Amino acid sequence: MRVICRCEDIDEEEVLRAIREGYTDLESLKRHLRIGIGPCQGRTCMPLLIRILARETGRRPEEIAPTTFRPPVKPIPLGVLADRPGESENAGRAGDAEGDADHGTEDEPEGGGGR
Amino acid sequence: MKDRYHVVIIGGGVSGCGLAYTLSTMGITDVLVLEKRYLNAGATGRCGGGIRQQWSTRENIRLAMESVKRFEVLAEELEYEIEYEQGGYLILNYTEEEDEQSRKNVALQNSMGLDSRYISPEEAREIVPALNTSDILGATFCPTDGHANPFWVTEGYARAARRAGVEILTGIEATGFRTGDGRIEEVETTRGPVKADYVVNAAGAWSATLAARAGVELPNRPYRHEILATEVYRHFLDPMVISFSKGIYFSQTKRGEIVGGIGDPNEPSGFNMKGSLNFLHRMAREITHIIPSFRNLNVVRQWAGLYDVTPDARPILGAVPELDNFIQMNGYSGHGFMISPMCARLTAEIIAYGRTKTMSIDTLTVDRFRRGDLEMEANVVG
Repeated sequence: MRVICRCEDIDEEEVLRAIREGYTDLESLKRHLRIGIGPCQGRTCMPLLIRILARETGRRPEEIAPTTFRPPVKPIPLGVLADRPGESENAGRAGDAEGDADHGTEDEPEGGGGR
Repeated sequence: MKDRYHVVIIGGGVSGCGLAYTLSTMGITDVLVLEKRYLNAGATGRCGGGIRQQWSTRENIRLAMESVKRFEVLAEELEYEIEYEQGGYLILNYTEEEDEQSRKNVALQNSMGLDSRYISPEEAREIVPALNTSDILGATFCPTDGHANPFWVTEGYARAARRAGVEILTGIEATGFRTGDGRIEEVETTRGPVKADYVVNAAGAWSATLAARAGVELPNRPYRHEILATEVYRHFLDPMVISFSKGIYFSQTKRGEIVGGIGDPNEPSGFNMKGSLNFLHRMAREITHIIPSFRNLNVVRQWAGLYDVTPDARPILGAVPELDNFIQMNGYSGHGFMISPMCARLTAEIIAYGRTKTMSIDTLTVDRFRRGDLEMEANVVG
């Protein structure tokens, strides 16, 4: 048995079964298996998962889009976040560089908001 | 994909997949679900998973109570684990106004047969021993409220619907409509046109954009709402804990994470789904005020999703007057997951019988906005 995700205790057999059931993109695999959402946030398992998915679906690893990166980079205690001094109520609003903690690609291409 | 279906459902979240499954149980399986990204990519896969019946308006209470009856048997019916737990919802009152409103809500809820009750801060602490009660005026509790895993509910619906013969396709977007004679005749998609007797708009935050492509104006607007999850801990928190005045909610999932969010009254409408540092700080401050021992819990991830908000915070169901086969199933305003089973039932009844049978939706169709006949839902959180 080869363990793929140590945080969530998921082995290769479970990954292969999910791919056979039709979960053939990383976002769907992540949601179905909960792979990559534990304390390491995918650092160990995502490269392995991409290689298995590429092999099983006949794609090159670089063709497989990685999942959205979610902050924080490392686990942070709520107490530390609660105590951060000096920020104003409006710090970190959309468009504020500091506030754009998520460097993923989640902006929808179409507009239409606020119409 | 065929060139014609009885029903084309646009949106692969809990609404669209739930409707597809419900139709299949009524013998209607000539159904296509179109999802432009992947199942659960929108609000369903980003929500807190709460299932609450403690509402302030009759329709939402009814929708939620009927939905709970469905959630209670859903795992068995779908033959799929959905991590459903009925640990209750504890609603904390911090202002005189919400304390007063909560007593009225409980009276209305009790008159409709819901087992909610008004309780003292001391009683609230019996339910959540770690609770800081220093500034709580009172609380309400409903033991049959709870939460479930939104991914798995949708997956369970999709699998059961597919087994019955429904087609669910991802990576295909509905780009437009061909209309004529007061109906939608054809849905244009990125994989070509498809004819339909009924078209259902279950596109969540994209519902108004989609409807506009058919020339129909909906009042829904998208708003970002942010959420976080901690590491997994041993089970210690039974209910979902929420406050309307703080806009906060959190619960412990069956898996063990604390998952929760807090609304931002200054959030502009838009499709921004990025997480913000500001949210982490606001959430951390409020949650550690409510439960001081949470200071030691580690946050491992944050994300955001979009509420599909209507002017009265109630859903839009049923056909639109200008296109009588264009059925709306949207405008959930942040509480779609919890009322989705009943909304699926009602929408399936419209398609099967031409009208709803279980309850009237006269006050939930889009006409209400055009008549200006609105009753606001007060109990919105997050």
